[in-house]
Amino acid sequence: MRAPGPSAELAIVGGGVVGCALAYTAAQRGLRVVLFEAAGLASGATGAGMGHLVVLDEDPAECALARASMRCMQAWPGDWWHGHHWPRSAPTGTLWLVETERQQAAALAKQGRLQACDWPAHWLHAAALRAQEPALAHDLLGALWVPQDDVIYGPGMAQALAHQAQQLGAVVRVHSPVQAVHAQGLVLTDGTQVAAQQVVVAAGVHTPHLIPDSPLPIRPRKGLLAIIERYPGWLRHAVVELGYIDSAMGDAPESVAFNLQPRETGQLLLGSTRQFGDTDPAVGPELLARMVRRALRFVPGIGDLQLLRSWAGFRPATPDGRPLIGRLPNGVWVAAGHEGLGLTTAAGTAALCCDLLLGRVPLLDPAPFDPMRFAQDPLQVSA
Amino acid sequence: MTARGLRIWINDQPCHVPAGTTVAAACALHGHGHGLRRSVQGQARSALCGMGVCGECRVHIDGQAHQLSCQRLCQEGMQVHTQAAAQVPPPAPSHRTHPPMAQQGLPWPPQLVVVGAGPAGLAAAEAAAQQGVSVLLLDAAERSGGQVWRAQQGQLPPEAAARLARLQALGVTLWTRTRVVGVLPGRRLRLDHGDAASVLSAPSLVLATGARELLLPFPGWTRPGVHGAGGLQALVKGGWPVRAQAVLVAGAGPLLLASAASLGQAGARVLEIAHETEAADLRRFAGQLLRHHPDVLRQAAALARQLWRVPQRTGWRVLQALGDGDDGPLRAVTLLHRSGRTRTVPCQALAAGWGLVPQTDLAQALGCALSHGPGPQPIRVNDQQASSVPGVWAAGECTGVAGMACALLTGTLAGLAAASALQGTPLAITPEQQHALARQRRYADLVARSFALGPATPARWDDQTLICRCEDVPWGRLKNQADLHSAKLASRCGMGHCQGRLCWSALDGLVPAAPARPARPLLGAMPLSHCLALHDDPVSSADSADSGGAPADPRPQ
Repeated sequence: MRAPGPSAELAIVGGGVVGCALAYTAAQRGLRVVLFEAAGLASGATGAGMGHLVVLDEDPAECALARASMRCMQAWPGDWWHGHHWPRSAPTGTLWLVETERQQAAALAKQGRLQACDWPAHWLHAAALRAQEPALAHDLLGALWVPQDDVIYGPGMAQALAHQAQQLGAVVRVHSPVQAVHAQGLVLTDGTQVAAQQVVVAAGVHTPHLIPDSPLPIRPRKGLLAIIERYPGWLRHAVVELGYIDSAMGDAPESVAFNLQPRETGQLLLGSTRQFGDTDPAVGPELLARMVRRALRFVPGIGDLQLLRSWAGFRPATPDGRPLIGRLPNGVWVAAGHEGLGLTTAAGTAALCCDLLLGRVPLLDPAPFDPMRFAQDPLQVSA
Repeated sequence: MTARGLRIWINDQPCHVPAGTTVAAACALHGHGHGLRRSVQGQARSALCGMGVCGECRVHIDGQAHQLSCQRLCQEGMQVHTQAAAQVPPPAPSHRTHPPMAQQGLPWPPQLVVVGAGPAGLAAAEAAAQQGVSVLLLDAAERSGGQVWRAQQGQLPPEAAARLARLQALGVTLWTRTRVVGVLPGRRLRLDHGDAASVLSAPSLVLATGARELLLPFPGWTRPGVHGAGGLQALVKGGWPVRAQAVLVAGAGPLLLASAASLGQAGARVLEIAHETEAADLRRFAGQLLRHHPDVLRQAAALARQLWRVPQRTGWRVLQALGDGDDGPLRAVTLLHRSGRTRTVPCQALAAGWGLVPQTDLAQALGCALSHGPGPQPIRVNDQQASSVPGVWAAGECTGVAGMACALLTGTLAGLAAASALQGTPLAITPEQQHALARQRRYADLVARSFALGPATPARWDDQTLICRCEDVPWGRLKNQADLHSAKLASRCGMGHCQGRLCWSALDGLVPAAPARPARPLLGAMPLSHCLALHDDPVSSADSADSGGAPADPRPQ
């Protein structure tokens, strides 16, 4: 391994989608960047997740971050993505499935909030829904159709960002685990000292271990996924039950919410579950069965399709569902805790974080993402 | 349906086939052999491995996609659609909210479950049953016999049929068309019976999961007409037509001879056997057989007599399979000599294999340790066939590729060992058995040494050669990456139907820094609804006494 070069202006710890987005954005703004990843790029939640680019509107701050992020992504040059499966000719869109009239009212409220932040959403009644998506159960009331949501391959996005960052002069070091970080640099596990003017930790669930003296309430939230063989044309859009929002935003110890998307390859990716307190990467058969049972309610024909593999990943979750983006009292920066929205909000996170690092006017209000916002409430920190 | 034949429908055309024909062979008999499915990039593909691993033979059967046609026997009235034909309409959603599940439970729980009904599994089941143990024998194929005793047009070889008859007399229960697709906590096996699922407790197990053929990539290997050596042999036993076709047999290992002999008997015109192995190594191998393994030498001599007309050449490596375009059927094969000379052999089929790889997925899912060393490793067992996990024994090719005689010996030993553990009696192995085992293991070492392969690259494949056939990933997208694991994540190599069985075996041991294939909790594709099968229901002994006679088969009929 060659010796590190002259001290970097920005050292990034973590080669997931957030770290890679930071590397690209910072390099684009002229900073000398070095990124350190312990294993391979996207080996954490980025490589395990569903890759759903979805604007969730329930939390206004999160919604603003997602909208800003999607705007950044839409500005990235299209020829980047060659070989990385995005963007396609038309976005996949999301169909939020409604079973009851109460849910329908919630869906219409959701439509209002999305329209207000300039993200189109349309109500589809039952017949129109069946025409859009024949595989769905026939007893649904309808769905909220969000046409600009999309599906992307997480590792592809991280690799594309890292590659573009390197084209702009960033250095990306994989298989380089970091032992400790401080305001003016970091130490690798092999003892190498790296000096940097600023350090950002974007290491997902590993972030708290790297900054042990600061209370960072990031907990791993286990999720199961299942990949199904190729059935081209079986499903056209990402379909999600409206109850998914309760599962994602709540903090129940265990919850299941139907979420199915067609990959560009034609395979189908089925989720989702959420569990706290289980760090075993093995797939629990009972929870997998619950997830499948929930899917059969919405897409009855899916039981006959061939399952290829199931696996578990760990989302970095915070008590209020928003990431930590900003500077800690000890001078280290953090950009982590994105739960299930890492891909959606990586670009916006990188833009916001770089704005703050460089002392520019931030593209949106950073207060909701203040990493120290839990320090006033010791109960939340220890949750 | 006539007494001898069946009528099935292929691409909406009626076709008559003899009983005992596989769906793949039926397609080939009726002109669809050169395009059973379309790859991710639209190339026509055909059967390669002949044993249900590669997934290239997938067709629609009765409206269900992704059916392995080489593993399914034709049934009267079956509707088959190949994907090279016109677009198949997607099946209508079934609207079932309760997917089909096997009736849970057995009237009696078997004391011993044997997985795999090839020679090792049949021997283990018989040995244990003779000691009074109740045995359930499982096999994924529609007929038992494994690879070497594969049924020919529905007829099992006499020794296999005789063993099955003895097993039936001993009260052994045999479930065919039953795959173990997963292991649940508490050593319960998740079983896939095709259209039904079940869960089975298996506190004592003998694994006889055998070996699969090592198939190495080379330019043009995805062309229809290219098969494994054991692969084409297996396909032909299922009725795949080779009569009067010019076939080239190539690669490495003793299986080439057996394959060539089999193909010749089926009427193929075997042009030659092109061994990668050098002549000196083959002579040394023969010399060792003469000195130490005269029984094997006798078998080899019998094969040699069948092959006396077939030229055998040594030191020749398969360079390329030629034909029209990317996916036109095979027309010729170019071979490369180590001296740099090349020659091209016009042919209609290529049977190419490079030896055998032990199948250890189930063992790894159970936590069994494998042996150490480069390349694919067998299940580690002690001299009583016990694995590293208590209650799990293993026998046959999955513990080391050593041929049929060794499989029978180790199977018998594993069955006896399991029985003595269950009954608390000491295991008695005769000195003759010990000598025979030791001699067989020396034979296995000899084979591994004699037919060791040279390095994979750069001679074997170029940037355009597809390494992952399921996801169409060429070597160019994998090489030159700092990290092969990341390259796989980025390219999706190994994430398709076979979940890396083909490509990982090719890379493992041949490419430096290739990580070992990770153990996967799901051992094969299965219908999603099978995830709902979680529990086996033990039935009380009172019920089994009432039922009388043989235990009922819990699978839906």
